[in-house]
Amino acid sequence: MDPEIAKTQEERKRMEQQLASMNSVTFDTDLYGGNDRDSYVTSIPVNEDEENLLDSMIDNEVARKLASYTAPKSLLKEMPRGTDENDDVFGGAGFKKPQRIIDREDDYRKRRLNRVISPERHDAFAAGEKTPDPSVRTYADVMREEALKREKEETLKLIAKKKKQEEEDAANGVESDKSSDSAGAPKRRNRWDQSQDDGSAAAKKAKTTSDWDLPDTTPGRWDATPTPGRLGDATPSASVGRRNRWDETPTPGRVVDSDATPHAGGATPGATPAGMTWDATPKLSGMATPTPKRQRSRWDETPATMGSATPMAGATPAAVSFTPGVTPVGGVELATPTPGAINLRGAITPEQYNLLRWEKDIEERNRPLTDDELDSMFPQEGYKILEPPASYVPIRTPARKLLATPTPLGTPLYSIPEENRGQQFDVPKEAPGGLPFMKPEDYQYFGALLNEDDEEELTPDEQKERKIMKLLLKVKNGTPPQRKTALRQLTDKAREFGAGPLFNRILPLLMQPTLEDQERHLLVKVIDRVLYKLDELVRPYVHKILVVIEPLLIDEDYYARVEGREIISNLSKAAGLATMIAAMRPDIDNIDEYVRNTTARAFSVVASALGIPALLPFLKAVCQSKKSWQARHTGIKIVQQIAILIGCAVLPHLRSLVEIIEHGLLDENQKVRTITALSLAALAEAAAPYGIESFDSVLKPLWKGIRSHRGKVLAAFLKAIGFIIPLMDALYASYYTKEVMVILIREFQSPDEEMKKIVLKVVKQCVSTEGVESDYIRSDILPEFFRNFWVRRMALDRRNYRQLVETTVEIANKVGVADIVGRIVEDLKDESEPYRRMVMETIEKVVTNLGASDIDARLEELLIDGILYAFQEQTSDDANVMLNGFGAVVNALGQRVKPYLPQICGTIKWRLNNKSAKVRQQAADLISRIAVVMKQCQEEQLMGHLGVVLYEYLGEEYPEVLGSILGALKAIVNVIGMTKMTPPIKDLLPRLTPILKNRHEKVQENCIDLVGRIADRGAEFVPAREWMRICFELLEMLKAHKKGIRRATVNTFGYIAKAIGPQDVLATLLNNLKVQERQNRVCTTVAIAIVAETCSPFTVLPALMNEYRVPELNVQNGVLKSLSFLFEYIGEMGKDYIYAVTPLLEDALMDRDLVHRQTAASAVKHMALGVAGLGCEDALVHLLNYVWPNIFETSPHVINAVMEAIEGMRVALGAAVVLNYCLQGLFHPARKVREVYWKIYNSLYIGAQDALVAAYPVLEDEQHNVYRRPELMMFV
Amino acid sequence: MQASDRFNINSQLEHLQAKYVGTGHADLNRFEWAVNIQRDSYASYVGHYPLLAYFAIAENESIGRERYNFMQVRLYIARMSMFII
Repeated sequence: MDPEIAKTQEERKRMEQQLASMNSVTFDTDLYGGNDRDSYVTSIPVNEDEENLLDSMIDNEVARKLASYTAPKSLLKEMPRGTDENDDVFGGAGFKKPQRIIDREDDYRKRRLNRVISPERHDAFAAGEKTPDPSVRTYADVMREEALKREKEETLKLIAKKKKQEEEDAANGVESDKSSDSAGAPKRRNRWDQSQDDGSAAAKKAKTTSDWDLPDTTPGRWDATPTPGRLGDATPSASVGRRNRWDETPTPGRVVDSDATPHAGGATPGATPAGMTWDATPKLSGMATPTPKRQRSRWDETPATMGSATPMAGATPAAVSFTPGVTPVGGVELATPTPGAINLRGAITPEQYNLLRWEKDIEERNRPLTDDELDSMFPQEGYKILEPPASYVPIRTPARKLLATPTPLGTPLYSIPEENRGQQFDVPKEAPGGLPFMKPEDYQYFGALLNEDDEEELTPDEQKERKIMKLLLKVKNGTPPQRKTALRQLTDKAREFGAGPLFNRILPLLMQPTLEDQERHLLVKVIDRVLYKLDELVRPYVHKILVVIEPLLIDEDYYARVEGREIISNLSKAAGLATMIAAMRPDIDNIDEYVRNTTARAFSVVASALGIPALLPFLKAVCQSKKSWQARHTGIKIVQQIAILIGCAVLPHLRSLVEIIEHGLLDENQKVRTITALSLAALAEAAAPYGIESFDSVLKPLWKGIRSHRGKVLAAFLKAIGFIIPLMDALYASYYTKEVMVILIREFQSPDEEMKKIVLKVVKQCVSTEGVESDYIRSDILPEFFRNFWVRRMALDRRNYRQLVETTVEIANKVGVADIVGRIVEDLKDESEPYRRMVMETIEKVVTNLGASDIDARLEELLIDGILYAFQEQTSDDANVMLNGFGAVVNALGQRVKPYLPQICGTIKWRLNNKSAKVRQQAADLISRIAVVMKQCQEEQLMGHLGVVLYEYLGEEYPEVLGSILGALKAIVNVIGMTKMTPPIKDLLPRLTPILKNRHEKVQENCIDLVGRIADRGAEFVPAREWMRICFELLEMLKAHKKGIRRATVNTFGYIAKAIGPQDVLATLLNNLKVQERQNRVCTTVAIAIVAETCSPFTVLPALMNEYRVPELNVQNGVLKSLSFLFEYIGEMGKDYIYAVTPLLEDALMDRDLVHRQTAASAVKHMALGVAGLGCEDALVHLLNYVWPNIFETSPHVINAVMEAIEGMRVALGAAVVLNYCLQGLFHPARKVREVYWKIYNSLYIGAQDALVAAYPVLEDEQHNVYRRPELMMFV
Repeated sequence: MQASDRFNINSQLEHLQAKYVGTGHADLNRFEWAVNIQRDSYASYVGHYPLLAYFAIAENESIGRERYNFMQVRLYIARMSMFII
């Protein structure tokens, strides 16, 4: 804030105070609170920063006073808000907006963007005995680089440490002058300290500018400002490192650019690990690390495509486009890149693009107003133009200058802009040649496709590149058919394109920060297909691919993880174990934990793909690495991940895996000890319940460990023990549990959340083990357990909550209901609602598992009392915990609830009348849960009463609540029967008829169930006219989306037809066959069939067959379909009707319309199957004669139906008859005919091979081949 | 085969049929079919005890002998067909 403004504010405040004191109306500050104006914002913030600050303050719950009670923040955030989210543009749920991956990633996952796609490596297999070309990166090179990087990291850490110490020393030194001499002496030894001693100004300078901006005194590889010329030549640099941020020295020209790209990955040069000091470092490390002899720089190997092979500089695509050759064009004369500069650079990042667009927009609006404009705005009189005060100085700070409108150098004269045909405006240029739409962020990858170069002039390599780019763009952004063909082409031509060009194109796309889930899925698919084709050619690119794919392994999306696993598994199968190990070995002791973590996971996938035994020797070596603890840590982590990944398949290798990692328990590094214990836990969990003998060797160190360790290590050790105990024999398990329990109980009090969870888990494991007796649990564990864990705080964290409930339920399984419920029942009246909910859930689970017979009268009273209290006091119950708990307890107690029922019903009635819809719904739901118990208690009068109350609420307007009320009515009707129901059925049903019109799914389902139930059991209570009315309503319900509703509707038709006779219902249904909608017709045909089944076919068939005379396709097909269903339902009853329908089927089978024949064929099938063995062969043969000519149909549905009809005939007529039909065509001169006949023969043969033996034709012998089968001619 | 045919049930049906020995196809010749018939027949005779008993009575042989003879024929067919095909 400017000092000027501050001054004005100061003055104003003073004036206000004076005013306040003048009219001294004193009011009681206790009553009315202090002067509220203190909290007013006295000025509107100028900068955006301040505003953001305010926003974040408002967001900050701690800072804000709780103004009123409202829903929890998490809920509010979850609730869909209509206006401000784009999701709703498409109308919500159905259309999910494509999501960018980066938006849902946390900081840790975002670290994937820090990784660099490494250059390809030497393939020892392909090269054979040859010495690798020095320009190729070999395993040794990579290892050396890694070692160098590690060393550098350590040195930096040391320096930081030392500096800190020295600062402390210096601080001490100021206090005691006498030590200054001795402190000064060692300082002078080091050069980097001198700058510090130069005084505050120098120190400050060093801080802000970082010393490569200083003229360099030590020409070395840290040396500043890599001028374009110098970058190219082979500077003797050891920093061949792939991620060397020292190379990324910000040159003056570049600063602007890198500022212009606010990168999500945070990979800008500023992103140094903590604990690293920038000032003074480089010189030292330049000296400290001797330059290796090999003087090869990665600049030698010119990447084939700029930016794809080696995006070195911290993986920022922005930096890529500013590689030496390109930089100076835009940045020199313009302070800010104007839109015109866009394609001077070629590619821009999407961020840049947006920034530019935004900037242009803002500039347009914020341009200074001219005097003319001001004149036209203000009235002529009453205003006068003032001179600016003498003290006014325009802002000259460079930071603001940057935001100002760019003025070209020199006089701003108008010059005719040169027409630039390649320029892209806001509307993206249409891609040539039917390529899909390109998003702004795609330009940097696919921009080249927009250049209208003549394809003929390109070199073959360039043409290939172009082709790959086109295909990839089609896969990424194209329509499904485009995508499909492009994917196929990529796959087919993979070897032709070659691994290099392909991966150089695909992999950078996957590192794109704006990638969406769907796009990633597609690209990963491309890799998968291509991998399969390339096979061993993929070897040099293994590490590149891993860099991109490994992050998928820790993605939160399950399918992404599976995809990642699949790719890595295929990769390892293609490249082979040796290459995989060579590629991943350097990452095992990488300084970055993220890299090590993902590498461990990838290794576990390799192990599962190539088999654990193959990997064992390598793992053994890594786990025993003397050089770095990181390697050991990662090695052991690999074992853990293997156990998690492949589960019980570790069993054959369990002993060797345990042996490999067991020494880690005694490692000097704490992290290694922890991960070892966790790995053992994972192994034990995977192996459960077998394999205890493999863990023998680690029991002792674990045992010692839990006595000597504290904190995190102890937690890990406890976890290991907790998972090993369930594998033991009962006797040992009991012993070990008792031993470990002492420590567990001690740790009950630990405030550490992680420890709490582990302790709970271990208690659960131990308690559920066989040998642990209930007495011991009751006396030794329970008191402490409940004292420490059953506290309100535990209910607040979801994971704690769940773990605690699980553990308590497990304990209850051992010690019984009474103990557990008795201890927590009082807490149902606790004042914290989450806590009450946790108690309720536990009680529900325990009582459901074990019943309520243990609960004595006193406890029962307490329990019901508590439950009623908790139920009434609840404010929200989204997960239905209270409802389920109430239902479970009441059902478990059974008849013992009788005394409490009036009270419960009172509560329910009261809540049914509540203002909140949720409460009403819950009350109605509760009725349907406890209806059965009320019946058991003979409280029919009470239920009748509830029925009347519910009846009165049928006017409910919230569909969810109405659905629940109908459900409750259904439950009551079900238990008390139709006769005793109050209100009487004849009153109830007419109220339900209009509700059938409701389109809400829940209402429909409950209503149709209720109506169906009434139609089934109490149809006589309702006049036939009412039923007919309902029939009409039911037709509408056949449109429902939910299958259950449609099925219930169709069944209801059957009940109604039974009640009032089929004629009227049938007439309604037959009319409905004329409707257009297919699903509706199908359901109608089913309904007709069901009516026929319930009322005997003879009541239906005449009308149905009569309907066939209507000359309308849909109706006729509907009739045929009904016949098909009908014969399917009535089965062998069909023998009486087969002769009746045969003429109709004859006609249908001869119809021109395919669907007629198809449906008739399926009717014939059902008929044949139904009447098999009942003496209807004559009719069936007749029908078969009509079916047979259809065997040459090609439409899949028709041919299917025909084949099935023939199969049905095989069952009904016997295989011999059908074989005789077949024989005429098996050796037909036309192949098309033979094919069909052989198909029929084959299905005949598979269906009834044995029966054919007697029916085969008699073949005559040929020369020396005997075909006769004389045996069958024998006769006794 | 048509494109639409490739994924529907019929192709599965043909695949299923092709898995069984003894099923045929459009290019099967008379000899091959006859061999299949012979094999099936003799396997069926051997497999059904009542049929064997019936043949035994008709030929006045023991049931064991009948079974042996039938097996020999089967083996002969197997050898012959191997020879010729």
